[in-house]
Amino acid sequence: MDRRLAHVREVTPVAQKAGDTVARTCAPRAGAKLLGGRRTVRRTRWWILALLALTLLLVACSKTAPQNTMNPHGPTAQTEKNLLVLVLWPAAAVFLVVEGGILLISIRFRHRKDRDRMPPQIHGNTRLEIGWTIAPAIVLAVIMVPTVSTIWQLARQPADAMQITVEGYQWWWGFRYTDPDMAVNYGDHDAIVTADVLVIPTGRTIDLSLTSLGGGAHSTAGVPDHQVIHSFWAPQLFGKQDVIPGETNHIVFSADDPGIYSGQCAEFCGLQHGKMKFRIRALDEADWQRWVANEKSPSVQPNDGLAQQGMDLFLGVNGVGGQCIQCHAVGGTDAAGTAAPNLTHFAAATHECFAGCDFESFLNGNPNAADLKAWLADPNAVKLGAKMPDYGLTEQQIDALVAYLYSLT
Amino acid sequence: MATAASVPAPRGIIRRPTATTGWLSWFTTIDHKKIGLLYGFSAFALFIIGGLEALLIRAQLAKPDNTLLNADQYNQIFTMHGLTMIFLFVMPMSAAFFNYMIPLMIGARDVAFPRLNAFSYWVFLLGGLFLYSSWFLGGAPNGGWFGYPPNSTTDPTIGMTFYALGLIITGLASSAGAINLAVTVVNMRAPGMTLFRMPVFVWMGLVVQFLLVFALPIITVALFEMLFDRRWGTHFFDPTAGGRPLLWQNLFWLFAHPEVYILILPAFGIISEILPVFSRKPLFGYQFVVFSGIAIGFIGFGVWAHHMFAVGLGPVANTAFGITTAIIAVPTGIKIFNWMGTMYGGDIHFDTPMLMAVGAVAMFVIGGLSGVTHAVVPSDYQQTDTYYVVAHFHYVLFGGAVFGLFGGVFYWWPKIFARQLDERWGKVQFWIMLIGFNLTFGPMHILGLGGMIRREYTYPASLGLTFWNQVSTVGAYLIALSTLVFVVNAVKTQRTAKGLANEDPWDARTLEWTTSCPPPVYNFEEIPVVHSIDEFWHRKYAEDKEGRLIRVPAGASDHAAADGHGGAIHLPTPSFWPLIAAVGLPTIAYGVLYSWWLVGAGALVTVIGFMGWAMEPPVAE
Repeated sequence: MDRRLAHVREVTPVAQKAGDTVARTCAPRAGAKLLGGRRTVRRTRWWILALLALTLLLVACSKTAPQNTMNPHGPTAQTEKNLLVLVLWPAAAVFLVVEGGILLISIRFRHRKDRDRMPPQIHGNTRLEIGWTIAPAIVLAVIMVPTVSTIWQLARQPADAMQITVEGYQWWWGFRYTDPDMAVNYGDHDAIVTADVLVIPTGRTIDLSLTSLGGGAHSTAGVPDHQVIHSFWAPQLFGKQDVIPGETNHIVFSADDPGIYSGQCAEFCGLQHGKMKFRIRALDEADWQRWVANEKSPSVQPNDGLAQQGMDLFLGVNGVGGQCIQCHAVGGTDAAGTAAPNLTHFAAATHECFAGCDFESFLNGNPNAADLKAWLADPNAVKLGAKMPDYGLTEQQIDALVAYLYSLT
Repeated sequence: MATAASVPAPRGIIRRPTATTGWLSWFTTIDHKKIGLLYGFSAFALFIIGGLEALLIRAQLAKPDNTLLNADQYNQIFTMHGLTMIFLFVMPMSAAFFNYMIPLMIGARDVAFPRLNAFSYWVFLLGGLFLYSSWFLGGAPNGGWFGYPPNSTTDPTIGMTFYALGLIITGLASSAGAINLAVTVVNMRAPGMTLFRMPVFVWMGLVVQFLLVFALPIITVALFEMLFDRRWGTHFFDPTAGGRPLLWQNLFWLFAHPEVYILILPAFGIISEILPVFSRKPLFGYQFVVFSGIAIGFIGFGVWAHHMFAVGLGPVANTAFGITTAIIAVPTGIKIFNWMGTMYGGDIHFDTPMLMAVGAVAMFVIGGLSGVTHAVVPSDYQQTDTYYVVAHFHYVLFGGAVFGLFGGVFYWWPKIFARQLDERWGKVQFWIMLIGFNLTFGPMHILGLGGMIRREYTYPASLGLTFWNQVSTVGAYLIALSTLVFVVNAVKTQRTAKGLANEDPWDARTLEWTTSCPPPVYNFEEIPVVHSIDEFWHRKYAEDKEGRLIRVPAGASDHAAADGHGGAIHLPTPSFWPLIAAVGLPTIAYGVLYSWWLVGAGALVTVIGFMGWAMEPPVAE
């Protein structure tokens, strides 16, 4: 259709000077019959609101999602969630006003085939411009007040917090309890060191020091290899902080209740970034004391059977095997490697998963021998790029090692 | 003092080509319209490729513990998806529109440096091909488009070296183009076209060129440092030898944040052209739209660390950048309100360009709102590095930029190709695309807050992420369907006879519509004299003494006669040298990867190319 020839002279009076930016007398008209009925407006609005509510509901109520940020179990995550909910209200209001406005304008002012009009050629309205510059600025300023105060609140590091160092490796997590009262009671009285599952007491403030170490079979003495950036994130307990080689970031948090909280690395760190997971296990006071006591002691050494054969292979007694101790440590033995997960209490009930929390240690209360065997047979086959080499172990050797590892309670 | 007689005559080595038709002419063209077409076709092809990469990603993530792609393949594919969409699709597609339309909109015959314009295109294309050749030469980049070291500098596969070299090359293309277009806009406007009579699209273009000029050097430095760390044993980012990984992040984001405005401002410009035409009234608040664009450009250099809220910068820095990030929402909001004001009271025709433009505004608003939630720093500790961020930037980039660019495609197709894309197919495409897009990226807000990290090749069933991932995958395939609809539309349209019954089909407002469809090679028979914003509109519609619009009689308008002969118009001549010079750059890059001889050869070719360029005669002899 040739629009150039089809317009009709506008009858409504226009401003005297063409370049004027005076407001048009549209306002009274706009309030009246918007869509040909208020019912249509209400129906549209309700539909949008219902969708919004449903979405929020779906996010908030998926209690089965173990990494749901909207289901906090600790004050840090709760604070972060509160801020989001606070800002979602003005955001929802802006959404409704703007999107609703666009929709209503589109419907109200769309071209009708039976009417051809040249609309008033309005160029602008300075008062409106000032208004819609200042109003959003005020809303944003208001939002930024609790934002800034929360930034500072979360940056505090209380002096009496429990100190735990988190160590990021490609692609697993290690944990080192550095408080003086968390030293083991044997050997050099080093810190308790674990992997995959971070065990903590409920209700106690924890200060995590995040470090990136390399590890893996190619580490050379004193120079950690494969150090990359990771990020430590357990959504139900705290928002993430990055784990950067050469820096030490901190996360301060506590867990309200006993339970298991899933987490994973949240900064791309190479091949198996997607499978660098961990769990946080919060124990009530009695369980925590039991756990600490167990960790402070060495694991009981097997003295017969398959488990002992496994231990001999592990440590390289009798000149066979012994590669394990190049990377792994088992407290109270000669195995003191730091490039791979500490296996001292591998079979403790709290150590629920292994190999970057990729595999469950126990299935229905029983040792998950199948996955551990597959891992030992060829780590790279079950986790592409895993830094543990394939040592060409025989099935017998694997069985022995599995027995040994599951004896380390 | 040199006289005309003593100035040495330029010597050509190759006879300067003259052909402006035929397939070979495409390799030597320096005509901004043909270069715009080259950018457009290349960018669209790469959109398809980037889209296929996205479909692979979504297929892999449709099920937990899926094994369609392994970790290595997935990491390459998501990296290339990001690089392709940003550097090889949105930026060149924007360049296509800048190249074709800016000279026409300002009443110029071409850009300031036509051969440099050709050089920019060839360098971009060859840079993109270089980057993609990595698939066949040892592996594509696999460290993410953001390439954080130490992972990217220590990865033993070759992909991230291709990344560094490839982006240096394409960065050169954008830098050259930026200087070219900035000079064009500043210097070559028609008489009477003051800066504040320029179409908003030209203004946004100008801001983009300045952003490029200031941001690209920063990433270039960073990429050279990465290249040196990977190839020649330096330790810029190696903390075990005195370097810092965060150095990369700061340099990268100092570039990459302005980059996101480089990606969206062209679409904002297109929207600002389409809304007035299809609402039949001027852009509401022209000066405010222009100033807010400039403000976004400036403030855009002050927010970069909002990509780094979780790296431990400390509460002072986080506070500062949280505040600046909140501030930048204000000029963006100003634009949105002015666009609404443009539509308000109008006589709105919802042809496909208008659907796309309104869709772009509506979707951008959602992305903008999630962006504001990112400014709430402690909440961002939960949001960052999750699918919530993926949702945000796809809403602004796909929702804003891609819909906006499609709007431009439908709007200017008649101008460029003298045919109109089918309206019904266009509407079908729009609605499928809108629904598919929202199904793909809407659920990602939920997935992110529900605990799904970015850049993971799979997830376990136990995390409760499966359902929304499935929905998202369905949406992605709907987007693919809508793209197919577009391709069918375009092919069918081009098969129809060339020639429009009405060469101003939209009753538009700006100068590019005063020429024929397509414009003659010289654009304007006579350079127009400009008296106001929306010059073309005001030539069509004058006002009577009561201020009412009346149509100017057809004979009195300035509609250019399409007689095809320029007569005494001087135009730049085509040239081989930009292409030759461009070829040297990826050759140097391959040389860095494989052999110093190649570096030498490539450098020689580039130098010869530049020398031939400088010394060739201005016109064919």
